[in-house]
Amino acid sequence: MSALLAAIAFWLAAWALNAALARSRWRKARVVRIAVPVIFGLAVLVLWQGLVRGLNVSPVILPAPTDIAQTFAGSTHVLWEDFVQTVLKGALTGYVIGSLAAVATAIVIDRSAFLTAGLLPIGNFVAALPIVGIAPILVSWFGFDWQSKAAVVVVMVFFPVLVNVVQGLKETEPMQRDLMRTYAAGYGQTLLKLRLPAAMPFVFNGLKIATTLALIGAIVAEYFGSPVKGMGFRISTGVGRLAIDLVWAEIAVAALVGTAFYGIVAMIEKFVTFWHPSQRVG
Amino acid sequence: MRRALPVLAVLAVLVAVWYLGAWRMNTPWALAQAERADQQLSAGELFTATMSQDRPRLPAPHQVASELWKTTGDMVLRGRALSKRSLIYHGMVTLGATLTGFALGVSLGILGAVAITYSRVAEMSLMPWAIVSQTIPIVALAPMIIVLSNAVGIEGRDVPKAIISAYLCYFPVLVGMVKGLNSPSSQQLDLLKTYNASGAASFFKLRLPASMPYLFTSLKVAIAAALVGTIIGELPTGAVNGLGARILIGDQFGTPLAIWAALFAAAILAGVLVTVIGSVQTILLKRMGMAR
Repeated sequence: MSALLAAIAFWLAAWALNAALARSRWRKARVVRIAVPVIFGLAVLVLWQGLVRGLNVSPVILPAPTDIAQTFAGSTHVLWEDFVQTVLKGALTGYVIGSLAAVATAIVIDRSAFLTAGLLPIGNFVAALPIVGIAPILVSWFGFDWQSKAAVVVVMVFFPVLVNVVQGLKETEPMQRDLMRTYAAGYGQTLLKLRLPAAMPFVFNGLKIATTLALIGAIVAEYFGSPVKGMGFRISTGVGRLAIDLVWAEIAVAALVGTAFYGIVAMIEKFVTFWHPSQRVG
Repeated sequence: MRRALPVLAVLAVLVAVWYLGAWRMNTPWALAQAERADQQLSAGELFTATMSQDRPRLPAPHQVASELWKTTGDMVLRGRALSKRSLIYHGMVTLGATLTGFALGVSLGILGAVAITYSRVAEMSLMPWAIVSQTIPIVALAPMIIVLSNAVGIEGRDVPKAIISAYLCYFPVLVGMVKGLNSPSSQQLDLLKTYNASGAASFFKLRLPASMPYLFTSLKVAIAAALVGTIIGELPTGAVNGLGARILIGDQFGTPLAIWAALFAAAILAGVLVTVIGSVQTILLKRMGMAR
C-alpha cells in the first residue's frame, strides 16, 4: 500500500511542478516545452509502478514498468530480429513502394481533370475503409514471409498519400502559374519548379498519416501467418504463452518505432518545407 | 449527373481490371482441373471456368455481389435476417462496438479539448502525448487490452473492441475541437466580457456553437476511424461475431468469398455511417445558421 501512496504523492508533486512551469515566465522556452510532457510521462510510469506493486497485481496480467525494462534489456536480440523482420523488411519496403506509386499515380491523373474528378471521391472513400481486412487475402497470395506484409502496407498507404498529393498539386495560385507561362516554362518545368514544391506540405501530411498505417498493416498481416519471427508473431504467441512482459517489451518497441518513424518524416518535412508559414518559429 | 459521370467511368474501369485480374489469377487452377479431367479448354470455356470457382484466388465481382446478396438481402426475404450466418447480424455486432467506441472516443476528445482550451498545464502535458499516442500501432496493444479487461472481470469482447476504436477516434475529435473552441475572435470574446458573461455562459453561448463546424468535420473522420478500430479489434483476438471475425473465419476455413463479402459489407457500413454524420451536419448547421 505504501508504494501506491508514494506513487500518488509523486503524481501530485509532478502535476504541481508542471502547473508551476506552465505559469512561469519561461513557459515559452524550448526546454520547458519539452520538460513538461516528459515529467507528465514519468509521473504516469511511476503511478503504474505504484499501482502494480501496491496492489500486488499479478505479473501475468500487468507487469510493472521495471519488469518490462528488465525483459527489454534481457531479450534485445529477439526484439532486434523482430524489428528487422517487421519494420525494415515489411513496413518500410511497403511504405516506400506505396508512397512512390501514389505520387506517380497522382502526377499521371493530375493531367486529366476527368480522371481527377473520378478518382478523388473514390480515393477519399477507400482511404477511410478498414483496408487492414485484406491482410489474409494478400498473405494467401504472397506467402508467409515479409513480401506479403509489404504488399498489405502498399495497399494501406497508397490511398491516403494519393489523395493528399492530388490535393497538393492544386495548391498553386493562377498568378504563379501565369508567371511560369510568361517564362515560357513547359509542363514538366512548371511541375518540378513550382507545383511539386508547393504540394510538399500536403505530400508530407499524407506521408505522416501513412507512417502509422504502415506499422499497423505490417503487424496485423503477421497475425495471419508469418515465419517464426516478427513483432506481430511475437505478440500473438506471447499472449498465448503468458509471456506478458515480452509482449509489453514488443509494444514498447512498436511505440518507439512508431514515434521515431513519424519524427523522422516530420524532420524531413521541416527541412523540405522550411518556407511554409506553419514552420515559422516564434 | 455531371459530377457522377467521371466517378462511374473510373468505377467501370476498376471493375474491368478486376475481371481481368480474376481471369489471370484463377487460370492456373482451372487448367489444372481440366488436365485432371483430360479435357482441352477453349479460350471461352477457360474464361467461364475462372469466373465460377468455389474457392478462387480472386473472386469475380459478380461472385462477391451474389455472396453479399446471399448473406444479406436473401436472408431478409427468408425472414432470417438475424441468423448467425447473415452478414446483417455480424454487421450489427460490429456497428454496436463501433458506436460504443465512437461515443467513448468523442466524449474523451471533447473533454480533452475543453481541458486543453482552459488549462495551460493540461495543454503542455497532454497535447504531445496525444500526438505520440497516434503514432503507436494500436494493433500491438489489442491482445493486451483483451487480457487486461478479462483480468478486471469484464466478460466478452465488446468492451475491448470499443476501447480500441475509442483510442483511434478520440484524436481527430480532440484536435478539431481544440481548433473549434479557439475559433471565436478576440472581438467576440471581448463582447461577452462587456456583457459580464460568466465563464460557463461564454463557453455554452459562444465557444461551443462556434466549434460545431470543426466538430462535425472531425466526427466524419472519427466514425471511419472507429469502424477501422473495431475491425482491428476483431481480427487478432479470435472473435466469433462481427465483420472482422467473418474475415478471420473466412481465412481459417479457406473461403475467399466470405472474406470479400465481409470486406464489402464493412465498406458499405463505413459509407453509410459517414453519410449519416454528413446529413446531421448539413441539417444542424442550417438550423444554426452556419451552413456554408
